[in-house]
Amino acid sequence: MADPVKLTIDGREIHAAPGTLVIDAAKQNGIEVPAFCYYEGLTLQAACRMCLVEIEKTPKLQTACTVPVAEGMVVRTETPQVATARKYMLEFLLTNHPLDCPVCDKGGECELQDMTFRYGVGESRFTEEKVHTPEKQFSPVVFFDAPRCILCYRCVRVCDEGLGVKALGVINRGVVSEIAPNHGDHLECDECGACIDICPVGALTSGAYRYQTRPWEMTHVGTICTHCADGCKTTLGTRNDRILRGNNRDRSGVNGEFLCIKGRYGFDFYDHPERLQAPLLRVNGKLEEVSWAQALNAVAQKFNQTLADGGTFGVIGSNHTSNEENFYLQKFAREVLRTNHIDHHRTGDVVTLLDALSGKEGKLATVADLYERKAFLVLGADLALEHPLLSYQIRANYRHHQAHIYVVTPGAVREDHYSTVSLRGRDYASLRDKLKAESELVVLFDDSYKGDDVRKLVEFGESLGIPVKYIALVDYSNSRGAVDMGVAPELLPGYKPSGQPGMHYGEMRDANLGALWVVGANPLKNGAQRKAGFLVVQDMFLTETAQQADVVLPAASAYEKNGTVTNATGEVQRLKRGINTMGAKPDLEIMGFIAREMGAAAALGPWTPDAVFEQIRKNVRGYQVPLPVLMTGGAAQTMPVNGRIPVESRPDLVHSDHNGLFASGTLGRYSKVLNSVMESRLRR
Amino acid sequence: MTLSPQLEAKFNKLLESYPPGRQRSAMIPMLLYGQDEIGSVTDDLIEEVAGRIGVTALQVNEVLSYYSMLHRKPMGKYHIQVCTNISCLLHDGDKLYEHACKKLGIGHKEATADGQFSLEEVECMGACSWAPAIQVNYDFHHFVTPEQLDRLLDGLKKNAV
Ligand code: SF4
Ligand code: SF4
Ligand code: SF4
Ligand code: FES
Ligand code: FES
Repeated sequence: MADPVKLTIDGREIHAAPGTLVIDAAKQNGIEVPAFCYYEGLTLQAACRMCLVEIEKTPKLQTACTVPVAEGMVVRTETPQVATARKYMLEFLLTNHPLDCPVCDKGGECELQDMTFRYGVGESRFTEEKVHTPEKQFSPVVFFDAPRCILCYRCVRVCDEGLGVKALGVINRGVVSEIAPNHGDHLECDECGACIDICPVGALTSGAYRYQTRPWEMTHVGTICTHCADGCKTTLGTRNDRILRGNNRDRSGVNGEFLCIKGRYGFDFYDHPERLQAPLLRVNGKLEEVSWAQALNAVAQKFNQTLADGGTFGVIGSNHTSNEENFYLQKFAREVLRTNHIDHHRTGDVVTLLDALSGKEGKLATVADLYERKAFLVLGADLALEHPLLSYQIRANYRHHQAHIYVVTPGAVREDHYSTVSLRGRDYASLRDKLKAESELVVLFDDSYKGDDVRKLVEFGESLGIPVKYIALVDYSNSRGAVDMGVAPELLPGYKPSGQPGMHYGEMRDANLGALWVVGANPLKNGAQRKAGFLVVQDMFLTETAQQADVVLPAASAYEKNGTVTNATGEVQRLKRGINTMGAKPDLEIMGFIAREMGAAAALGPWTPDAVFEQIRKNVRGYQVPLPVLMTGGAAQTMPVNGRIPVESRPDLVHSDHNGLFASGTLGRYSKVLNSVMESRLRR
Repeated sequence: MTLSPQLEAKFNKLLESYPPGRQRSAMIPMLLYGQDEIGSVTDDLIEEVAGRIGVTALQVNEVLSYYSMLHRKPMGKYHIQVCTNISCLLHDGDKLYEHACKKLGIGHKEATADGQFSLEEVECMGACSWAPAIQVNYDFHHFVTPEQLDRLLDGLKKNAV
């Protein structure tokens, strides 16, 4: 790195890397320069003039957000001249502002409110009538209140640069300038809400959160989004067992402040009117509400009886349940129900990738790698729709470090706009010479590459002569954890062979089993008829599968439980309970109760998340992750195996649901916001 | 949208006039030439210009809604712009504008029934040294008094007949 630049700010001698902006150099040294339009990571705007500072030998005040540090520069941020300038700027910003803080959603966490309180005069000299424009609804998600807008362009920039969508602009001039959506009177975009969260004032507000609460009345709980496999941290704002919003303004977690519509607003399934809040038992052919005791007893009796009769069990696990639940479930299946008939819906060929990487270390890319590495090869997936965070990271990398992106996909994708090469089809091998010339590479592939395709791909990658890392894309929040935990007929936790592979997902659905136990999955969704003699379903909703069950046990969602999940890049993160929903229990607890009713609990050990996680740490390679990292809301990457996986892998079973931005498997059906935005009808 | 051969030629020339990658710089002249020929900036014209210079329609809208010489609706044959920004205001630009309203019987961004005249109150046109200033189509008029404005409008009316 080049030598640091020496300068003085407020009489303190400080050092900063060349190119650092004065505002950042000040911040790094604990000196606050107020700013509205400046936003780390976005292009410079210099629109608000809030950051004016005095720089010696420069006649006028300068915007600290655009001036880079220079050797010997002398900056003053607290002179009377600067203080006056700030007062005037705030007075201008408030010229037409309605001062409706008492009813504004942003009140209490508004940057304009804070700045006015700290630097403003408290009185305005303007006596003219204020220009007023009525509030507009741009979409079910985005509302715009022009008079509150301070025209900082943050929303415009985050949509263009961060999301690559360019859905917002500023039209007109002077006092009537305002933010406009891309389709005249409405928005057609990702509906991610990034523009709303980044707005320093209450000009952009969200359909989900507006007029619901005041920010200081909420409890904030950092947990992991339960939709796709990217593993974004979402901080739930909760009050009285209701989730009022999701965001990640503190930039904790692998996603920084990124969230797509699912992580920011798609929590709303939790209070869908069809949410199950009492166990159901089939009585005279009909499902009737019963007590937990009755329902658990019915399950335990039938399970014990099936065991005694030597009947066969099948267990279908979930892509959304926690690692602890998955681990406990497979242990239950194998040790109590004595079966290897356990599986989940596989959405990416993780098994072949890990097997092909046997003996190599440091081969799995993290979410952070997507922002830091120099080149990427995207195979198959439409990342911006199916893996919004991964796409966002690569886009940010391109903007900040000019990363090279190679795209080989069946159709046009957002990455085409900034890729080095975009090819349609599968012929990535034709890129060999170009890729060899890169210094490093991350390869991302979806379910259109499985089995031998994955082996060939790894062979190709390893023949390039540069460091290559891989990501096998999977669909859901804990798809990866389900395989890691051995919710598979041929695999035990940590990819150890189960010895006698049992039936897989489809076989169990179609077999005449004595009892089938389905936890958080919907195998009968395509109109299939139940074959098993006894069907127990744990779910949040009366899915097609639950409708055919003998016993339905109402399960808690990811936002109502503790535990851990593992994302597509193999990073383990912690789920933290945000709320309780009356009547529903976490799947782990339900399983524990069934074990207890069966008299089999002792064999399985305690069913608290922490105790089960301890078992996981002892049994699964790579999960010996540092606990403090997890406890403080961090992510720890795992490499759950390093050696051949001597099982017959079943690439034929792998298929992704290819959920777009507004879909999330069966769960997505119950989210009001995902179904209310018009884009969910326009795109896949 | 199909353009007349003349407009097509102008657009192509404009696109070649800027260094590669800077084609968006041609936006304003393209819109002006398009407006001259079509009468106003239509949705089709916006899409066409956006497509040719590689920006979104919204980005074209941002620019065109900023400039007072670009119109979304057809204006009169003679478009009168009266400046009421600070320098002109100090020289009674506001009274001049009111006078024009009365004289023509129309208001801001309106056109007379016969389509001959339209009026617009505009911000600074960069002619402050000669305030109050007005602009008729592409021509500037300086130090304008209400009497001069009357003479000018009457002259134009005669022209029109
Ligand atoms: S919701 Fe997201 S995609 Fe839509 S305008 Fe806002 S930032 Fe852009
Ligand atoms: S809407 Fe908010 S983010 Fe956008 S320009 Fe206005 S104040 Fe800034
Ligand atoms: S990218 Fe995936 S994990 Fe992140 S918020 Fe969206 S659905 Fe959730
Ligand atoms: S923060 Fe510097 S001008 Fe807005
Ligand atoms: S104020 Fe009228 S031209 Fe400048």
